[in-house]
Amino acid sequence: MSDHAAVAQALSAGRYGAFVWPAYGATALGFAWMIIDTLLRARRWRRKAERLEKGGEP
Amino acid sequence: MIAVLANPFRFLAFSRWAAPVLGLAAAGLIGPGLWLGLTAPPDYQQGETVKIMFIHVPAAWAAMLAYACLGGASLVSLVFRHALADAAARAAAPLGAAFTGVALVTGSLWGRPMWGAWWVWGDARLVSVLVLFLLFLGYIALRASIEDEAKAARAAEILALVGLINLPIIKFSVDWWNTLHQGDSVMRAGGSALAPVYLTPLLLAGAGYACAFGALWLARIRGEIWRRRARSLALRAALA
Repeated sequence: MSDHAAVAQALSAGRYGAFVWPAYGATALGFAWMIIDTLLRARRWRRKAERLEKGGEP
Repeated sequence: MIAVLANPFRFLAFSRWAAPVLGLAAAGLIGPGLWLGLTAPPDYQQGETVKIMFIHVPAAWAAMLAYACLGGASLVSLVFRHALADAAARAAAPLGAAFTGVALVTGSLWGRPMWGAWWVWGDARLVSVLVLFLLFLGYIALRASIEDEAKAARAAEILALVGLINLPIIKFSVDWWNTLHQGDSVMRAGGSALAPVYLTPLLLAGAGYACAFGALWLARIRGEIWRRRARSLALRAALA
């Protein structure tokens, strides 16, 4: 399969596109939330703990 | 290994490199898995909707893995009163809820064109996965609703342990009851019913989701350790 044909096949969902692509969108949203929330929380608490260890305000 | 990592400082040192490595492994597995899945030929019965399988099934697997980790960590925390196990349990719950939510939404989007319904209350697999979602939310709500963190942890741990019974129910629901949901296709006696053109990308994506859960779980446990450290420092400063 050529690269062009492979991309066309990957993007082809026929008459089921209204179900397939929202499912991929929901998955992307779920992963985006998990990654962003996890990293922001970890960074926020690490900075707060480090500030307190240096004797700063809570 | 577990005994070594039970020390928060050793855990922080370990997870500092293990979380990014698992994250890279997740990207390296999910990317090719989805590409192979999206370029696979349409299924003779399900047509192009088979593309949903490569995101729906791994999300359901990851949700069950997250609950197994939540239950295991809760058991260790309850028996040994270990703070890191409690942090691990608390960190697993939001990730499990997210994976279960993704599995429910993608399953609904797959069910509508295949079964003609977004949701079927009489289907044991669907309802048992919804119960899993509610268990995750219940665990999170219970921890948030009790001010005393130790009491909240004990109550949530008991809920998590009781909820473990739901895992075999989810797994065997398609065998024990008549359901619209298809039976086991991958892990069944006699080998997989899936053709390699579908099985390979599904297993790649499944392994990738497991690595993604591992990476995010380690990162969330790190955040939880820092949160507890900040809380204890703030208390110490207030008492000084």
